[in-house]
Amino acid sequence: MPGRIAGESVADRSADARAVIERVTADLLSGAHRGVIVDSPPGAGKSTLVVELAKRLADTGEPVMIVAQTNEQVDDLVDRLATAHGQCGRPDSGDDSSHDRRSLTIGRLSASGYVPSDRVVRHLGGADAVDDSVTVAGKVGDLGRPEVTIATAAKWARTGAADWPEGGWRWAILDEAYQMRSDGLLAIAPRFAAGTALFVGDPGQLDPFATIDGDRWAGSAWDPTDSAVAVVRSHNPDLPVHRLPYSWRLPASAAPLVCKAFYPFTPFEAGSGPQDRAMKVSGVGSALAGSTGFAGPVDQAIDLAAESGWALYELPARHTVRTDAEALEACARLAARLVRREATVFDPAYAEGRQVTADRIAIGAAHRDQAAGIRAALDRLGADLTGVTVDTANRLQGREYDVCIVLHPLSGRRDATAFHLETGRLCVLLSRHRHACIVVARAGIPELLDAHPHTDPVHLGVPVKFPDGWEAHQAVLAHLAEHRVPAGAGR
Amino acid sequence: MSALAALARVEAFAADRAVPLATVRHVHLSPHPLVVVPILLAGEAAAPLAALVGTERADPQLLVVRQPRDRDQRFAFLADLARIVVGYIEARRGETEVVEATRNHEEWERHLDAPQLIVPNPGGIDALRLLGRSARFRSSQGPYPVDPLVPVLGRYLTWFAEDRAPTAGSSVCLALTDVLAAHWATGQSALEDQHLAALLAWIVPERFATAGQRLTGSQAAALAEDPGRWPSAGPATDPEFDTDVLSPLISAQRNADGDPAVERRVENELRAALGERLAPTWDLMWQGIELLRALPEAGHDGHRWMVDRGRFTDFARGVDEGAPPQPRREGAVAAAKRLADLEAAQESYDKQRALDDPLVLAGYRVTGEAFAGTVVAVDAERQDTSGRTPKPRPHVWLRTADPVVLRKGTKVACPQRPNQRPVIVAVKREGEDHIVELELVDGMGRRAIPEEGSVPEEGEYRCYSTVLAAERFPPPPLPEVAATPWTHGGPPAEYMPTGADHDEEWH
Repeated sequence: MPGRIAGESVADRSADARAVIERVTADLLSGAHRGVIVDSPPGAGKSTLVVELAKRLADTGEPVMIVAQTNEQVDDLVDRLATAHGQCGRPDSGDDSSHDRRSLTIGRLSASGYVPSDRVVRHLGGADAVDDSVTVAGKVGDLGRPEVTIATAAKWARTGAADWPEGGWRWAILDEAYQMRSDGLLAIAPRFAAGTALFVGDPGQLDPFATIDGDRWAGSAWDPTDSAVAVVRSHNPDLPVHRLPYSWRLPASAAPLVCKAFYPFTPFEAGSGPQDRAMKVSGVGSALAGSTGFAGPVDQAIDLAAESGWALYELPARHTVRTDAEALEACARLAARLVRREATVFDPAYAEGRQVTADRIAIGAAHRDQAAGIRAALDRLGADLTGVTVDTANRLQGREYDVCIVLHPLSGRRDATAFHLETGRLCVLLSRHRHACIVVARAGIPELLDAHPHTDPVHLGVPVKFPDGWEAHQAVLAHLAEHRVPAGAGR
Repeated sequence: MSALAALARVEAFAADRAVPLATVRHVHLSPHPLVVVPILLAGEAAAPLAALVGTERADPQLLVVRQPRDRDQRFAFLADLARIVVGYIEARRGETEVVEATRNHEEWERHLDAPQLIVPNPGGIDALRLLGRSARFRSSQGPYPVDPLVPVLGRYLTWFAEDRAPTAGSSVCLALTDVLAAHWATGQSALEDQHLAALLAWIVPERFATAGQRLTGSQAAALAEDPGRWPSAGPATDPEFDTDVLSPLISAQRNADGDPAVERRVENELRAALGERLAPTWDLMWQGIELLRALPEAGHDGHRWMVDRGRFTDFARGVDEGAPPQPRREGAVAAAKRLADLEAAQESYDKQRALDDPLVLAGYRVTGEAFAGTVVAVDAERQDTSGRTPKPRPHVWLRTADPVVLRKGTKVACPQRPNQRPVIVAVKREGEDHIVELELVDGMGRRAIPEEGSVPEEGEYRCYSTVLAAERFPPPPLPEVAATPWTHGGPPAEYMPTGADHDEEWH
């Protein structure tokens, strides 16, 4: 238990976080609001909140619907819900509401081609299952009226009205609501329009996008390309908004920067103290250094990241194509050295230390072709690196790793487009790690930002998004400048 | 700009002449398009100054507003324009074809033709949109009555400029510079490409040369930028014209205080000046249309035009039946529906262009959304025997030099068999090449053995892309307007057109 080892402050923080959950529950059960919004910074226990609230709302005896955005997220939630509440009579340590040991029944709606993942199968009953709290079906009517029904937004939008419980669902929980598009919400909202909805999400992550230009609706209160939460709030400005106060994922070295750059008006802190987390890498032996050629700056960057939580591996300034071979190679080599130097991380939850294996490392990029290039570079460096996750910001959303290596979206670019400046993209990339983050970039990004001030049209009635990408990028670069490791001239 | 388009621009710059971006024409061209060159008064949002309109190159009609700030003259101009445009539209509504009933739609009749408006540039479309907005709420009764055709014109212009023009693949309202720039890359910037004369100068420099002169693209474009020789194609006039010609004529009217002789003189002079300045653009418009006509028609041209004809039939019937003008702002449900519509149109247009044009497909190879190569091995007999009846699941191995970015489990398709969507099973690197293993799961007929010719054979060259395999699902049902949920503001007040609708801030 983190609290016991790290001292009182962490226990206090846990209590603060629980207090938020209590307030959210009170607002929901009071019946005074049609909806409640919970903003959650990265890794602040959003899923824990959803799992907890689902049970509490189900305990009112009225049906609960949960909406997530992807099948992956739905399966994650099903597993967590069933694990937390699915088993009868299993003592739940640290929770004194032990009078209620009723098992929660969960229905998972799915499209026709869906094959339940292993973590769902565990809860479907049968010989090898841990419990039988979950039912999977394609139609609401075939689920047998579970207390909680979960599906993706796309699936919910296609459930026929004939199947709905009378009067619709009393309770709705919309997870990752900031990633949901307003038109998607419009399609599913009739299912809970007579009840109360809980919108949970991270306002700092990537906004939903449309494949066409949505300027024609800019400034309209129901802009269908806007996020679900933005539209709900513009129509219902009085909805209570709660905020989870601590990021349990981000280390004390990262939370202040991420907060300052991306959440300047909604402060949060790291749940862990500066002493709680540590990362150690074994020294650079000559044999090790020799195995991947001259690896001086790479090792320096890793050492610096282990010590301070951040490193900027800076390649010489140059305009490059999107798949900048040197930068891609650098990302792969950093990952390779991390694995081969057997970095170890420490946390009260794993006080004995845990090795940073390949699967605890992620490399994030802005574009798919960059990710593919890094993957290819990793393949060339050795088979022991296949476990390293390489992906785009969109796909890394909601994931967590020990160490993240980030190819800076503006590295080597000649222009700063809205896509590359988007705060959400940089925020996702810089907030996936528990211990350290190494950014790979070409020098000259601050100059690029200065040369490309905002040129986007300003629309009437559109709330100013703050911080804008320009501001957030400057804040991040200013911080990274203190953790700079020049890569030297070429390899 | 895609990497391939950027390369084409570099090539155009190096060759000093435009380079084709497409092998076929991706827009439909009517045999009788209505070419419109709208001109608005600078500094006013929607004060028309002139329009050059016509379906024949030899017969343009020039409409002019003598005093653009006079609202009576403005609506007299719109009434004149309405007679031409609405008359043109009515002439497209002759013959119809019967569309057989489907599960979701009863039998209906579709016009065999549809109108097509072609304006010089995107600014022209915006000008039509503004004119449509200022006209559609007017009424032929009550205070400030207008000609009954004006509100009809307003509805049509709104339909052209606001509904159809932003819809990918629709050809009823085209901006010529956009269409040309989609088919040719020049060595100048995208902004410069919006200048019709400069754009055409890169594509056909010889048309800008005097006898015996040989011009390169950039030389011709430099000549085309001379506003004396090639005046602005609108909707704004150039400041020199405003200062030297328009302003004195407008002052003359003010000083004449309604003297009909002066008004006539002003009108004649303005007409002559505008006619002279618009004539070069009129010529360029038809040259551009000719260039496009010379391109072979895309494979999906007929299909897309059929959709346009269907939409036109629906809309024209609505106007006949007295449907209210399009509201100033769309409601939540209407906006969500339109977004779904526009996204579906964009997706199918992208797919159709990739199917029709190898140059478009090549663009996807550059971004990693496609790969091309030779089939090196085929296991046509492979079956899935896990079910009750064995199903054919042939595997195909393709060797490609393209860097394959696509993941295992991705569905792809190729232009030769667009309805077959094999799944990528494995991607292996072999030297500089990749070997992609595909599993065929559909498009082989219903029997246990794949139909003749449905499985690729060794030695075939194929290009597989995810864009071609994109499946379109019908959009999810949205609530009725009257049942708009609280998340989107609840049911909106029912829309009743009122006299106040045309009270715009800019009036």
